[in-house]
Amino acid sequence: MKYNILIGGAAGQGIETISFVLEKTLLRDGYEIYSNKDYMSRVRGGHNFTQIRFSNHELLSHTKKIDVIVALNEETIEIHKCNLKSDGLIIADESIKCDDKRFKAYPLKKIAEQVENKRAENIVALGVLLKSFDIEVSPIEGILKETFEKYFESNMTAFNKGYELAEVRVKVDAATPNEKILINGNDALGLGAVAGGVSFYAGYPMTPSTGVISYLVEHNHKTGIFFEQAEDEIAAINMSLGASFAGARAMTGSSGGGLSLMTESLGLIGMMETPLVVIDVQRPGPATGLPTRTEQSDLSFLLTASHGEIPRMVIALRSPKDAFYQTIRALNLADKYQILVIILSDQFLADSKMTIEPFDFSNIVIERHIADVSEIEDDIYKRYKLTDDGISKRLIPCRSKGQIVITDSDEHTEYGHITESSEVRNHMMDKRMNKMKLLETELIEPNYYGADDIDHLIVCWGSTEGIVRDALDMLNGEDLKVGALVFGDVYPLPTKLLYKYSKDVKNIINIEQNYTGQLAKLIRQETGVYCNKSILKYDGRQIIAEEIVERFKGDVLDVR
Amino acid sequence: MLDKKIYDSFDENAWCPGCGNFGIINALKGALSELELLPEDILLVSGIGQAAKTPHYVNANVFNGLHGRALPPAFGAKIANKDLNVIVTSGDGDMYGEGGNHLLHNIRRNIDIACFVHNNQIYGLTKGQGSPTTDVCQVTSLQPDGVRISAFNPISFAVSQKIGFVARSFSGDPEHLKDIMKQAIEHKGFALVDILQPCVSFNKVNTAKWYSERVYKLDQDYDPNDIEMAFKKSLEFGDDGIPLGVIYKDPNRNSFIENHELINNSKPLVDRKWNPKDTEQFLNDFR
Repeated sequence: MKYNILIGGAAGQGIETISFVLEKTLLRDGYEIYSNKDYMSRVRGGHNFTQIRFSNHELLSHTKKIDVIVALNEETIEIHKCNLKSDGLIIADESIKCDDKRFKAYPLKKIAEQVENKRAENIVALGVLLKSFDIEVSPIEGILKETFEKYFESNMTAFNKGYELAEVRVKVDAATPNEKILINGNDALGLGAVAGGVSFYAGYPMTPSTGVISYLVEHNHKTGIFFEQAEDEIAAINMSLGASFAGARAMTGSSGGGLSLMTESLGLIGMMETPLVVIDVQRPGPATGLPTRTEQSDLSFLLTASHGEIPRMVIALRSPKDAFYQTIRALNLADKYQILVIILSDQFLADSKMTIEPFDFSNIVIERHIADVSEIEDDIYKRYKLTDDGISKRLIPCRSKGQIVITDSDEHTEYGHITESSEVRNHMMDKRMNKMKLLETELIEPNYYGADDIDHLIVCWGSTEGIVRDALDMLNGEDLKVGALVFGDVYPLPTKLLYKYSKDVKNIINIEQNYTGQLAKLIRQETGVYCNKSILKYDGRQIIAEEIVERFKGDVLDVR
Repeated sequence: MLDKKIYDSFDENAWCPGCGNFGIINALKGALSELELLPEDILLVSGIGQAAKTPHYVNANVFNGLHGRALPPAFGAKIANKDLNVIVTSGDGDMYGEGGNHLLHNIRRNIDIACFVHNNQIYGLTKGQGSPTTDVCQVTSLQPDGVRISAFNPISFAVSQKIGFVARSFSGDPEHLKDIMKQAIEHKGFALVDILQPCVSFNKVNTAKWYSERVYKLDQDYDPNDIEMAFKKSLEFGDDGIPLGVIYKDPNRNSFIENHELINNSKPLVDRKWNPKDTEQFLNDFR
């Protein structure tokens, strides 16, 4: 049993609210959920929609075929009815004209007027929807109370009237309430930052990364996390770096355009050996691109962004679960190696919610790696003391009695003062760049899905994981022997499983949301392994499993 | 008063003999010693330029960052640890040119730092190009027909934003400069000090003599809380005189930290203890 509900309308019509209440109801009933958002870069008008998929089994991705359309305007029907199943249902207000046989009109507006709450129209529709599928509605009262507070009564009445109005069409299987949470990538990342001990975040609003900041700000009275809206992204990253230098666990982030502005300072982080985690919630570029849509096109850029050469780590998030745990890991690794760690998310992951096991807080450790002044052997502290592995003990200013801390963007001596000595330059470059070798010991190999003996190897990264897994099931169900490596750590590139599974296959196919095949290029650069086929998508919309299967057969197997 | 010698750095100095920066650094050390600030409690922040090397020549914590980007890390460090005495020392190119946007917004923030701008009206480190404060028509190495755009007036700019504290001083008057620096460091909020200094190598117009003949000290009767008078004074620059002293002070303006409950009422962020398990409560939002 899998159902896919689409709620669509113009910006400002309340899609968010009805989606929220529906998701909460399904969650508390115990269903597995996968929902994604598609919205335009405008405050009013346009066409926005949410797709909410639910089942009794784990859901890994979104899909195209729709069971129900809740249309808040006529345009929604026009755009989406082509994807509505033949036995599907369209729920809309009676004022909307439509001759589709799947269309069912209800007096949503009229009832909203009756309960003296014009905005309750959507909640009437929700009542109709839940009754039509005979979905358990016992959690609804609590959810409406939490959501609407003083407007609870009118919304509850609106819901009940909608519920009474409709008749049961299909009886969906009941679910068993459980402990699972429903969370999207941005919230999970924000929660990871909170758990990981971030205390300072400077940023500038940019879709789709703003949700991370919203999350941090929402709870800052309880967490004590400081947020400053910087005048621009250059200020944001430099503020965060200053805070990190002074000893706070800091973080910053943006979307692609913001990262472009931060670029010079990425090099500064490497030069100063001052830890910082920088998030990039990618959207399609170049320039302003498609502000509210998705792409994986900043990987190549961020592998080398900034002039000169610095050590860095790049981690791509594959799921909300990754967003939580990998953010914490990134913060600890940044401190351990005194480096820049870049976290790559994207709009699709940022805004997609899925049901997952609640996060386990019992094993989370905040590792700061800040030295105490008693550990310093030299009379005068050397911030950049040359050591066997290149890591110098890190003191923080004003917490290290009798010592001062000097950091510089110029090439510097062990003390941190400016130098142009070729000998010192070589030592310092070796010191910094040796961290790339150290990072190799920290790498997590990609997730592998498939049998040991395969004919075709898919390589992909980040948010396409669930979709590729669904596609893999379909392909292997057709007697193909396909496996997939899904990279989380992308740089330095973990290579063990890649060498293992790429050895004797007929095809290596990279599936990416970009034009140039950026992971494939990285893999070839680092290992010589060549992806002979590609499935690439760059229209700003996340690929679906069915499309992968279709293009796999067409572009890879050449059967059309 | 602490021994001034504790602020001496062993780093080799790279300034030209006779540079106005020497007067500024001496005044700075004097101010620090009279305020009895320990090197370990001071953070000097700069961008890039000759003036931006100042932090290296003072024994204190140093953040010598990128060109134009002195103020953002200074802000971050001050918020991370409000116990730090954060002082920005950078040049006119750094603060008024490349970093102009940060100056504007940190005046708005009124963050608790002192910002000393070594203003020699020319680019020194890159060898003699026009700076934001170079006079119009002045011939420079990259403006051989003269600078075509008008000079930036930092004092008027600051007054127009009702800055908490703005003053002007001169590297050739170390006592006056030291006194102004002390006031700026002690001021709660953002304190901007525009410090006139000659560039002996690249500015043949605004020389030590040129400044000495024009600067005058505001007298005892001058009221720095009078914004209209301050605005009038801020426009004085040139042959009719250049006023030195605290030009404007807003006595009623709270500093960023005073206004920020979290930072003001808690221990410094750097001392914050956080148990990851304390985060578990927020999971309920997702149920």
